Amino acid sequence: MDILVVLENRNGALHRMSLEAIAAAQSLARDLNLTVAALAWGPQAKDLAREAATKRVDEVLSLEHELLEKYSSDGYAEAIKQVIEQEAPRYVLVGHTYMVRDYFPKVSARIRKPFVGDVVAYRIEDGSPVFTRQVFNAKLVVDVAPQVAPPVLVSFQSATFQADAVEAGTAPVRDITVALEAEQIKTQSEPPFQEAAGDVDLSSAEVIVSVGRGIGKEENIPLAGELAEAMGAELGSSRPVVDAGWLPSSRQVGSSGQSVAPKLYFALGISGAIQHVVGMKGSKNVVAINKDPEAPIFEIADYGVVGDLLEIVPKLTEAIKEQS
Amino acid sequence: MKIAVLVKQVPGSESALRVGTEEQWVDESALDFEMNESDSYALEEALLIKEKSAAGGEVVVVSMGPPERTPKVIREALAKGADRGIHIHEEPPYENDPFLIAGIFASALRDEQFDLLLSGLQSADLATGQTGVILGEFLEMATATLVMATELQDGSIKVKRELESGWSQWITLPLPASITIQSGLNQPRYPSLRGIMGAKKKEIKVLSKADLIAGNTPLQSWERLYVHKKEKRTEMIEGDLNQVVDQLVNVLRTEIKVL
Repeated sequence: MDILVVLENRNGALHRMSLEAIAAAQSLARDLNLTVAALAWGPQAKDLAREAATKRVDEVLSLEHELLEKYSSDGYAEAIKQVIEQEAPRYVLVGHTYMVRDYFPKVSARIRKPFVGDVVAYRIEDGSPVFTRQVFNAKLVVDVAPQVAPPVLVSFQSATFQADAVEAGTAPVRDITVALEAEQIKTQSEPPFQEAAGDVDLSSAEVIVSVGRGIGKEENIPLAGELAEAMGAELGSSRPVVDAGWLPSSRQVGSSGQSVAPKLYFALGISGAIQHVVGMKGSKNVVAINKDPEAPIFEIADYGVVGDLLEIVPKLTEAIKEQS
Repeated sequence: MKIAVLVKQVPGSESALRVGTEEQWVDESALDFEMNESDSYALEEALLIKEKSAAGGEVVVVSMGPPERTPKVIREALAKGADRGIHIHEEPPYENDPFLIAGIFASALRDEQFDLLLSGLQSADLATGQTGVILGEFLEMATATLVMATELQDGSIKVKRELESGWSQWITLPLPASITIQSGLNQPRYPSLRGIMGAKKKEIKVLSKADLIAGNTPLQSWERLYVHKKEKRTEMIEGDLNQVVDQLVNVLRTEIKVL
């Protein structure tokens, strides 16, 4: 095949970002007239293969191995290295998940091929794709091109392609094998656990008032709390506010917190770092208040105010209370 | 314990960025540089590990960049308690391929035989999040990313890795190991006056990128740096405080319909 999509398991089914990676592969295959294979592997590889076989791909590869039942960066990198050597794809596509961030640079190091990570767009130039990445806190973007012979490893940022845009089809499944030894895995892992069980379900909230670093200090948090109360909204936050201990981690929106899709996401003093945006860019409407006119949050906001939220928010809360 | 910390100088988070004339890098003339955020947490973690380690040890801070901004960041780390510095002297154009950059650091650090290598999980400028892992591979170290806690053990280090959606996992890495640090796992210290004075006497070894790169060329390269054209039009609400509040209420009530 030409394009290999490496899938990921999330609770026994395909990870949403793996579906997005399949959509990316279908798009690239259309543009360049290429064939696509999807790799189902690790725990429940057979189930993932069955699910992947209902998508429009040319082939599904199924890989089971005792040493892949549990994630390790060494084992996973070695397995993908061997699959790439056996199957010789030109493009290896994945979603930019936490797992990919951990082991894909290792694959790049071992096969000495480029890993273009966290891509937000691609376009074809002279018959080859050029990939666009966000740099400088997502304030700028850069076009990146591989400089060596294929393959190139590419991960796509969450929501760059749409999971529901994946075309359905029927694909044959082929079993493949790799040779792994326990000694190749340097690390020992314990079972994953959930920290501070989420007592707040932001994912079903209709309105979220969310606080970022721009709130300034802990004593100002109630200003946002009062606005949320007046609007019947849930209070959310970006990572720095949780790291500072001003709000509990159960309120955190973003790649390391919850993903939300409210009718209104009201961003107060949130700069709009990628890690935050991936968790809220499904919001129907975004209103942002920030004192920095160049804050990337304004890139995705429907309505923006450049100003001091400490002045605006209390006045707004008052005005909303008068309305009701 | 011999620990290396990779730190980087990046534009301050509120800097107004302008694309340079060649569309290859930002115009640095009006920029203030500071230590990359997650790198400052990595530095603090290295200092804490050294302080807790019975046998003591050494924290070496390593940074690549031009002489205008790199020694300042290294001095800051020395003032906080790092023992010595290594400055890899780099003139523009700056490297942007993580594979090539990791190779340069590997050449600089290989003979030092570090037990532990710490770096921030990604830099604010290139944002690849790859250098620490690839460097670990080059130096035949165990690696882990997005680390939220560390516990040094005999001949190994146990780390808590952040997974998606609030999940975590403890993993144990044999030494030597390269780990990338997530922001927020500790409270970076401020340098003391004594630390600042003492830092002036500490050694900063200067190496040259040109020597370390050894003829290697990038696997991927930047074609063009530019401002992203937005897909969505943002309606900016302007005016004095009362006008802004009135317009916001109007938008919330009649456009978004949430009041």
